[in-house]
Amino acid sequence: MAAGTTYERIATTTLSSNTSSVSFTSISGSYTDLVLVFAYKSNTTNYPTLKLTFNGSSTGYSGTQLSGNGSSAASYRNTSAGFISIARAVGTPSTVGGTATIIVNLIDYSNTTTYKTVLARASAAETGTEIDVGLWQSTSAINQIDITTATTNDFASGSVITLYGIASA
Amino acid sequence: MAIRSLKTGSFSRSLLVGNSFYDPYAYKSIATVSVGSGGSSSVEFTSIPSTYTHLQVRGFHKNSAGAGSEYVAVAQFNGDTAANYSYHYLRGNGSSASSGASLTDAYVLAGYQNSSATSQMGFGGFVLDILDYTNTNKYKTVRSIAGADVNGSGIIDFYSGTWRSTSAITSIKFYYTASNFVQYSRFALYGIRSA
Repeated sequence: MAAGTTYERIATTTLSSNTSSVSFTSISGSYTDLVLVFAYKSNTTNYPTLKLTFNGSSTGYSGTQLSGNGSSAASYRNTSAGFISIARAVGTPSTVGGTATIIVNLIDYSNTTTYKTVLARASAAETGTEIDVGLWQSTSAINQIDITTATTNDFASGSVITLYGIASA
Repeated sequence: MAIRSLKTGSFSRSLLVGNSFYDPYAYKSIATVSVGSGGSSSVEFTSIPSTYTHLQVRGFHKNSAGAGSEYVAVAQFNGDTAANYSYHYLRGNGSSASSGASLTDAYVLAGYQNSSATSQMGFGGFVLDILDYTNTNKYKTVRSIAGADVNGSGIIDFYSGTWRSTSAITSIKFYYTASNFVQYSRFALYGIRSA
């Protein structure tokens, strides 16, 4: 981490072709929180859903979601799941290439005492908005983040995913 | 060694060469409180500098009342305990959405938390934004995204709040209305500058 920097960009992935997954590996434990920012272009008109996993683990996840589509609000839950679901219900783009903005906060990601809590908010102007809380039942520090699309190759070319680290005093 | 200013052509022994100090960082850590063994009934940030445009508090917290107990960490400003606050919330509980409000209250809402029998589980997270906190011409507005999931139950919340005061915010106190923060709870205060 650069001296004096509190909110620092760690890595950015800009997709030049359609793909199903993006990973950030060897994440430093020197920050307090992590923030993932997505400009997520969907390659399909299916419900754009992202699956978030950590450290290569496929167990111990759960989450609660709240979404609104302009006419109604709804809430969903995942229990004992293989991933944290992000933006499950933001909606269906009318055309391929619809873009959603998603911000994911990984709170106290490197502590080795508690399970990990994730807060996310997602919005797609065409379809709706959503907020999520996710849990990973592990006391391991998060050093790897894998993001997989529910639909094959749904990360469209032009999507940009950036990982930031936030330090505290 | 003398340094020459490209702007003025003048020389100086300081790297600033006549220019005022420049701090390029727009998002800065002001203070962090980590709750130690024994817990704490409240967490407070005092003497908050007025040099920023907005404040953000990133919280990670759990109450001491035991499994199944759920609380919302609330916030007060400048020691004002009177009913000068109001808030609205939007909530998802995993099966339905709801909304509510309190228009005359002694605090704003900051972060939901739902304890678990498992010591490692039940910590809630929140990101609270306090907008234009030094402005002395208008009341203060806050918003927060907050939630906790314990694999089978949980809440995701979105809050807005107002403190009906034109005073600049110089202190923030977080607490539960009927419980304490446990060890490993953590609150980090940041300042955000504008151009």
